[in-house]
Amino acid sequence: MRGYLARRCLLGIGQVLALAVLVFLLVEALPGDAAVTIAGDDPDPGRIERLRVEMGLDRPLGERFADWLGSLLTGDLGASAISGRPVTDVIGAGLGVTVLLAGVTLTLLVPLSLGVGVLAARRPGSRLDRVLTTVFVGLHAVPEFALAVPLVLVFGLGLMWLPPTAVGADPLLDPLVLVLPVVVLLARPVCSVARLVRAEMVRAQDSEYVRHAVRLGLSPRRVRWGHALPNAVAPAATQLARTVDWLLGGVVVVEAVFVLPGLGTALVDSVAARDLPVVQGLTLVFGATTVAVNLAADVVAFRLAPRAGVAV
Amino acid sequence: MSLPSTFTRRGMLGLTAGLSLAALAGCGAREGSTATAGDPRPGGRLRAAFAGGGAKETLDPHLANLFVEAARSKALYDKLADLGDDAAPVPRLAERWEASPDLRTWRVTLRQAVFHDGKPVRPADVLASYARILDPKGSFRAKASLALIDLPNSRAVDDRTVEFALTRPFAEFPNALAAFSAYIIPESTTDFSRPVGSGPFTFASFTPGRSTLLARNGDYWEGAPHLDELEFVLAGEESARVSALLGGQIEYAHDLSPVSARGHEGRMSVVRAPNSGMQAFAMKVDRAPFDNRDLREAMFLLTDRQQLVDAALAGAGQIGNDLYGKGFQYYAEDIPQRTRDLDRARFLIRKAGAEGLSVALRTSTAATGFVEAATVFAEQAREVGLDIKVATGDKDTYWADTLDNGSLSSFRSGAMPIESHISGRLLTGSTTNTTKWKRPEFDAAYNQTVSTADPAERTRRYGDLQRALHAEGGYLFWGQADWIVGTAQRVGGVRPAPANTLDWARFDRVWLG
Repeated sequence: MRGYLARRCLLGIGQVLALAVLVFLLVEALPGDAAVTIAGDDPDPGRIERLRVEMGLDRPLGERFADWLGSLLTGDLGASAISGRPVTDVIGAGLGVTVLLAGVTLTLLVPLSLGVGVLAARRPGSRLDRVLTTVFVGLHAVPEFALAVPLVLVFGLGLMWLPPTAVGADPLLDPLVLVLPVVVLLARPVCSVARLVRAEMVRAQDSEYVRHAVRLGLSPRRVRWGHALPNAVAPAATQLARTVDWLLGGVVVVEAVFVLPGLGTALVDSVAARDLPVVQGLTLVFGATTVAVNLAADVVAFRLAPRAGVAV
Repeated sequence: MSLPSTFTRRGMLGLTAGLSLAALAGCGAREGSTATAGDPRPGGRLRAAFAGGGAKETLDPHLANLFVEAARSKALYDKLADLGDDAAPVPRLAERWEASPDLRTWRVTLRQAVFHDGKPVRPADVLASYARILDPKGSFRAKASLALIDLPNSRAVDDRTVEFALTRPFAEFPNALAAFSAYIIPESTTDFSRPVGSGPFTFASFTPGRSTLLARNGDYWEGAPHLDELEFVLAGEESARVSALLGGQIEYAHDLSPVSARGHEGRMSVVRAPNSGMQAFAMKVDRAPFDNRDLREAMFLLTDRQQLVDAALAGAGQIGNDLYGKGFQYYAEDIPQRTRDLDRARFLIRKAGAEGLSVALRTSTAATGFVEAATVFAEQAREVGLDIKVATGDKDTYWADTLDNGSLSSFRSGAMPIESHISGRLLTGSTTNTTKWKRPEFDAAYNQTVSTADPAERTRRYGDLQRALHAEGGYLFWGQADWIVGTAQRVGGVRPAPANTLDWARFDRVWLG
């Protein structure tokens, strides 16, 4: 087990570094650079050239990447090409909001999707089941931004129950601004996980061991929660891990729509500004998170069902 | 798993119909609130939302680039001059200016003003600010505008008088004093983490990418602001600025689209500043196909300007006459408005041998309405047999890309004096000469114009320059877009001034009713 973990960690580090190289090259491949975006609608070529020299963008590509990698090994992520702020500051400023947003979403996601899935599976084919299943499929098909618009219109601007955006607010001090973003972020994962839980529950309830438990005279509640659910949950757990990856993408959209100053907003801004050091720093954070979550999911799966070929 | 039997199209329709009904209900609610601004009243905090630059924001006024930075710099600092609604320079920290007869030496008398730390604004501060901008190694935006100052020979005459020596005669020197981001900072300032200026607000706090809080400067030379506090917040998406304004999270939303403004007019106050965004197509006159004068004239004549204003600006603007700066000082009002003449356009196209010509029109979403205008224009050109292909490129690098590449591109410009437009874009040595208009005789005429001391004679010469551009220039200025700001209905004192002029974002004149 320990050897497996070590190998997976090394592989993860390799994956993150490969990602960093790829993103570096992709940003380089985008038209223009940070000097061009600073100049904006006043693209005086002389000024752009001076900006390039100031930012060190006149140096060859390989040299700049080697520099970045060298400082990374000493724990230095460099400074923003545009504002000169340390990249760690930029990450630090956005991290709280994004972790809070993702954390609240995940915390609510597990009980909510399990609860709704079990509820739908209670009497398969019943009216409740059919309504819920329709909602699962329908809502799952709605992208985040498309869901955000009607929610903001109704709850933010129509009924005025909730703040429509997070403009100017500090989400840590004013958590109400997180309600609509969390609802939008939750909608699709809840549907996909709950649908899976429902299907697995229906299958489990049909199985021989559950029928046996019922014959033994156990209460329906105990059968459902104590015996059927644990078996139904295993596939849902893998789906949950995938959801985390996918939340990272959703966070970018939701932060932009609701104006939350998190890592997603920082990523969008820095790509638009061709601010390579910041893009690279954020790539490391997003990449490392994805690798870590998948590693954790694999370890959990391995504990649940050890495979001879893998565990050495 | 099979789908339950009732998962039908009807179920799906019901779900979506429900959502849209809910959305509609939301739109109808809370219509007709009637709070108004009333008379000026002291106090309160105004929150103003601008499109943001997130982490790339800076408090250094000489680095100001984005609208939010320009507005914040204006609240914290002053320039010697600024531009009025007609883009003519208005004295600010300079109380008055006076040129020598040869227009090479300018005496500027400073107003009695103090920085936020209580120290007076002195000629030394002015010279130091300009020296910083003009640093040969630096890349400040105002550098090009101030480049004609001969700094070593400029001096402080007394406590309140600066004498600027220029490298050439220049009648429009006050334009340079009003240049974008040419702010006066206290001498020897190097750290801008707690900015000290002479502006109407003092610095309180700054969180990059989120908010900047400023406080009333009771000692401001033009009178203290009405507001106690001013907070700048960022919202990149226009829809978010609208939602935040309607939801009461902000009181001032900068730069709204005509569509939002019209849609929400009853629930917010809409301030439209005319003559703000000059909309154009730029033809490069140094290369095929637009090196042909007849073809350029045909392009002018095939344009249905009103249709472009209606479609691309949603009606929020006025038609243009292929010239920059309608309504500005020196604008040639006497040149008749060009109108659509398809027969003559067809004739000129034939004369140019350009029948069936196919040309790419480069555009992007770098400015509101660009792609829409390009699409409408391509349709108009089709009527005379020209095949204009709209090519949408990257918005972040659009301006640098279209400076040298292609032959036809979307263009727009904010407000600046007509002289700045010419010197920056239409001379052989201009740094942003998008149309590649390089004519030695035009350069000479410009030099003569700006070395003419007599205002009436100068106005006449500006007219001649504009006549040449109107006849055969590369810019097809088809319209002037309104600049649109939305405010809460209790906000008073917001003037409809073009962006980047003196009365734009004048938060010291604004109050909360």
